Amino acid sequence: MSIPHLLVHDKQDNVGVVVVEGLKAGTEMLCVVTEDNSDFTLVVNDDVPIGHKVALTNLSDGETAIKYGQDIGRFVANIPKGNHVHTHNLKTKRW
Amino acid sequence: MTNPNTFYGYRRENGRVGVRNYVAILPVDDISNAACEAVANNIKGTMALPHAYGRLQFGEDLDLHFRTMIGTGANPNVAACIVIGIEPGWTKKIVDGIAKTGKPVAGFSIEQNGDIETIAKASRKAKEFVHMTSGQQREECDLSEIWVSAKCGESDTTTGLASCPAVGNLYDKLIPTGIYGVFGETSEITGAEHLCAARAATPEVGEKFMRTFQAYQDEVIEQFKTSDLSDSQPTKGNIEGGLTTIEEKAMGNLEKIGKQVSYIDVLEPAEAPAAGPGLYFMDSSSAAAECVTLMAAAGYVVHVFPTGQGNIVGNPIIPVVKLTGNPRTVRTMSEHIDVDVSGVIRREMTISDAGDALIDMVVQTANGRLTAAEALGHIEFVMTKLYRSA
Repeated sequence: MSIPHLLVHDKQDNVGVVVVEGLKAGTEMLCVVTEDNSDFTLVVNDDVPIGHKVALTNLSDGETAIKYGQDIGRFVANIPKGNHVHTHNLKTKRW
Repeated sequence: MTNPNTFYGYRRENGRVGVRNYVAILPVDDISNAACEAVANNIKGTMALPHAYGRLQFGEDLDLHFRTMIGTGANPNVAACIVIGIEPGWTKKIVDGIAKTGKPVAGFSIEQNGDIETIAKASRKAKEFVHMTSGQQREECDLSEIWVSAKCGESDTTTGLASCPAVGNLYDKLIPTGIYGVFGETSEITGAEHLCAARAATPEVGEKFMRTFQAYQDEVIEQFKTSDLSDSQPTKGNIEGGLTTIEEKAMGNLEKIGKQVSYIDVLEPAEAPAAGPGLYFMDSSSAAAECVTLMAAAGYVVHVFPTGQGNIVGNPIIPVVKLTGNPRTVRTMSEHIDVDVSGVIRREMTISDAGDALIDMVVQTANGRLTAAEALGHIEFVMTKLYRSA
């Protein structure tokens, strides 16, 4: 298998993690779901650093972020599929 | 890869096995650091463990101080111990606690003697201890006799994908053979506490975990927070590495306990496990040096430390094995990394391969290989303080 650009923990997740350095906007990413080794492709809209997240679908303000198949917070903006997801558009539900 | 099932360690008087053979010079309190450092300077082959506390502590905080001091001296990686305090009462309490292991230990106090006289007496005893212990030979021990603690630091999203699952795989493979394991970082379970509670061996242990977790939230976080903690937990390094929320960080943290094992008890900070071999949860801060110091004081002899962005922590008495799944950290900070598991995120290495590579490094470390942190001189010894002194 070629080296993936993006890994997704669980099939239910709505965000994935960039696992290559220097990823440029417009790249068609090879995305692999680690749970079952299934893969798909997705075009990234931003330059995204290694380790940072990308929206797998169009996401709505207030919606729950799912990673590891679990609730990891809530989106605080509408986020188009392929955009960078981080502290500017995702917040904790705790504390 | 087939992992060895023995290692060469130092068998102690109480039957436990150490992987290092230190003569520790342990200060009871902050003002005895200078004397301890002078002794360690006089007598080669000894190591002073200076720290910031030990005066006017009381209640639960004082209990923790004694538990940490006694546990550190009692750790099997310490062959013999000199204890120096300002006065004889608390010094004796710590000496007596360490002496229960049967190892050589001696206490000295400074009042009515002064630093110079104390240093002279303690140096003579330290030299004697060095001669007693430096010729001790390692012997072949079953791998099940090793106690391995785990705590991650400067995590990022690769931690939850590669390095923490590698630790989990180590526990899945070694806990059934009879080793002792431990994980902790109470505040860093936030968002995954329901999943953590479900991994307890019995409902009672799960309830004990939830009480401990809730007490940390109520008595530490809620009582003292001035913001939503978004600048502290996750840390700035975590955020740089792509972790956004505490819930996301907690999910990655929990990967360290693997897929199969369950924890059999919940420990106070620095409390030695007493329910037999298996995995334990320890109530502890998520700050690296504090947490590793507490786990060392509980008797663990090797620590495995997954990092994402490159936490560089070490400990004076237990070797800290670093692993990372982040290829950028491997490239930019290779001198700090013992095990590179970045092949996991390239899909060139399975989690099981990563677990085997980590077990192999734990065995090499137990046999005497210096970790990156040891070679670089990282000896962070940091006491946990629960509240202000009297």
